[in-house]
Amino acid sequence: MIQQRAPFIKNIATALGREMNTTKKPERHWKYNPQAKTLADLSQDELVQVFQKQCNNIHTDYIETTAEQLKEVLANRVDMYGGGPVSIWQDERFDTFGLRNLLEEEWPQASVEVNEWTVENGDDNIKLAEKANVGITFSDITLAESATVVLFSTGGQGRSVSLLPQTYIAIIPKSTIVPRMTQAAQIISKKVQNGETVPPCINFISGPSNSADIEMNLVVGVHGPIKATYIIVEDR
Amino acid sequence: MAVKITDGNFKDKVKDNLQDDFMRGAVSGAQDRLRSRRLENAEELGNWEEWRSHGEEIRQHVLENLDYYLQELSDNVQKLGGHVFFAQTADDANRYIEEVVKKKEAKKIVKSKSMVTEEIGLNAVLEKAGCTVIETDLGEYILQLDEHDPPSHIVAPALHKNKEQIRKVFEEKINYKKSNDPTELARHARETLRNEFLTADVGITGCNFAIAESGSISLVTNEGNARLATTVPKTQITVMGMERIVPTFEELEVLVSLLTRSAVGQKLTSYITVLSGPRREGDADGPEEFHLVIVDNGRSNILGTEFQSVLQCIRCAACINVCPVYRHIGGHSYNSIYPGPIGAVLTPLLAGYDDFKELPYASTLCGACTEACPVKIPLHELLHKHRQIIVEKEGKAPISEGLMMKAFGIGAASNPLYTTGTKLATKVMKPFMKDKEFISKGPGPLKEWTMIREFPAPKNERFRDWYKNREGGDKK
Repeated sequence: MIQQRAPFIKNIATALGREMNTTKKPERHWKYNPQAKTLADLSQDELVQVFQKQCNNIHTDYIETTAEQLKEVLANRVDMYGGGPVSIWQDERFDTFGLRNLLEEEWPQASVEVNEWTVENGDDNIKLAEKANVGITFSDITLAESATVVLFSTGGQGRSVSLLPQTYIAIIPKSTIVPRMTQAAQIISKKVQNGETVPPCINFISGPSNSADIEMNLVVGVHGPIKATYIIVEDR
Repeated sequence: MAVKITDGNFKDKVKDNLQDDFMRGAVSGAQDRLRSRRLENAEELGNWEEWRSHGEEIRQHVLENLDYYLQELSDNVQKLGGHVFFAQTADDANRYIEEVVKKKEAKKIVKSKSMVTEEIGLNAVLEKAGCTVIETDLGEYILQLDEHDPPSHIVAPALHKNKEQIRKVFEEKINYKKSNDPTELARHARETLRNEFLTADVGITGCNFAIAESGSISLVTNEGNARLATTVPKTQITVMGMERIVPTFEELEVLVSLLTRSAVGQKLTSYITVLSGPRREGDADGPEEFHLVIVDNGRSNILGTEFQSVLQCIRCAACINVCPVYRHIGGHSYNSIYPGPIGAVLTPLLAGYDDFKELPYASTLCGACTEACPVKIPLHELLHKHRQIIVEKEGKAPISEGLMMKAFGIGAASNPLYTTGTKLATKVMKPFMKDKEFISKGPGPLKEWTMIREFPAPKNERFRDWYKNREGGDKK
């Protein structure tokens, strides 16, 4: 429902000193376009270097690995963070990268509780994510400049998995790396122009939560995860 | 709280705040740190001026076509299943939000930082309606616990408080037993607030930018509290100033890049969250109901006037972080939720000249604010325009400029070029000095010069004084 719109918008047009326009899309002729040039001519490997360097600035551990090694690397990292419970997205990329056995056999056998975000679990999903020690998701788009993972959340990809657990691990397929937010914005905007509906929640996440509200001292870990790790993996 | 924070006059507030040594030290330290982080990150881009010009043209385009973009935004929010309410006044907005809250029989409301809800005085309305309203931004949470101590900076609202004061507040109000270490304090807030998030009925947020093409709103944060407020509660209400809108994701990206660099010197903050309507079928988190409240509250009176460019503001506080007057008198002296240069321009426009006619004089017109603004609002020119209007209306300045400058402890000023070179200079230019000897990135009139070379910093002693002393005193 939309309420009180017509008089509100008409008042704006009056203030601007012209007839109201709500139907003709204004043309955008930008004189400047600085974002297109930023980091645009770097190779994929150079972008990975930019990404890695930025991880130091955002208090995030960086690990680079191959698809074959990923399972071991992930298991070690969860171990280092103190084990389960682990909260994960419902995501077929766990199969693509050969992690299903770890999730469904090895971890449960080692008493590491794994909770997958499923539609059937309803409200319990949030409770399970809240008591989780580690949240694990994939990155949908990855920004080199700011060391950012972009997550599209809907359905089995709950928002809470990257938010409520104590620690967070993002698995980043190398092919998802783009120079900066410019390219991510173009990808999303194109979807909109093609008539697709954007997911109800898109998060651009750069490291663990933090605050400098007390005497300008940086505190890492406020309401979101306290620690974060990025694992960059060669694509399969 | 509304725009105006308390009764009391400007001169007394300045006088009180000049006595607050911790606050003044904290403000200058914060200014120096935020300013240098902004410059480092801006410089790294290599073409910051081009970025600023692009930011400016985007904001100008949106203001010129605001009717179209608001129509497009609201249509798209509705298509996603959200509700949109257009509020001409603060009362309209508060009434609508109160209705939604009552209909939901909500008892507990969590809020993430929002200037516009401060501006309309929403918390008081909801509390009167019997709700518990919890501010969840760490700085605002501290202020709320401390009997609603007013904010003093738009990005770091509790800047004027030291950690020992905060420890005491936590000890008294939320059963805190540990030290005044910021990490321990923050962890305690995390635990206390986590429980509030999980049991809240409604989440209320502001909006950094709405995106017309997709009917989305975006939130730029570091702590994660805005994400929690929009993930757990079943109802979400987002309140936005009507001008905070971009056409598409592509312009969002540019303004977010300008905002995060200018506000905190980060390439991006920890979380940029883009939300489009309520949760979809099959989603297990996110709000079931989404309301967008678009607020005018005096903004349309600014559109189409010589002050229109102030609506380009993206609330980064870069102007506050370079202002020599703010540095001396702190945020509370302005008595407005919008302090510093942006506050001195915006406050009289939103809340009238009667209570705020001194604010345009809380400036040396040095131009540092204009220089710092990522969307090129000519702040010092707008301050000058205010002064012209006030003088025309009153027949005289409400307060002598000389006296004012004396009160700030900066010295008397009339001609900025002359004064930046002489009496005021040491104090005014302090934020721009690389060491004690040289100015490396001067504001306003010095900028062109200092872009290619350094300008000698003014001496503490003026030549005239030096001469006077050396010659054994002037003839009387």
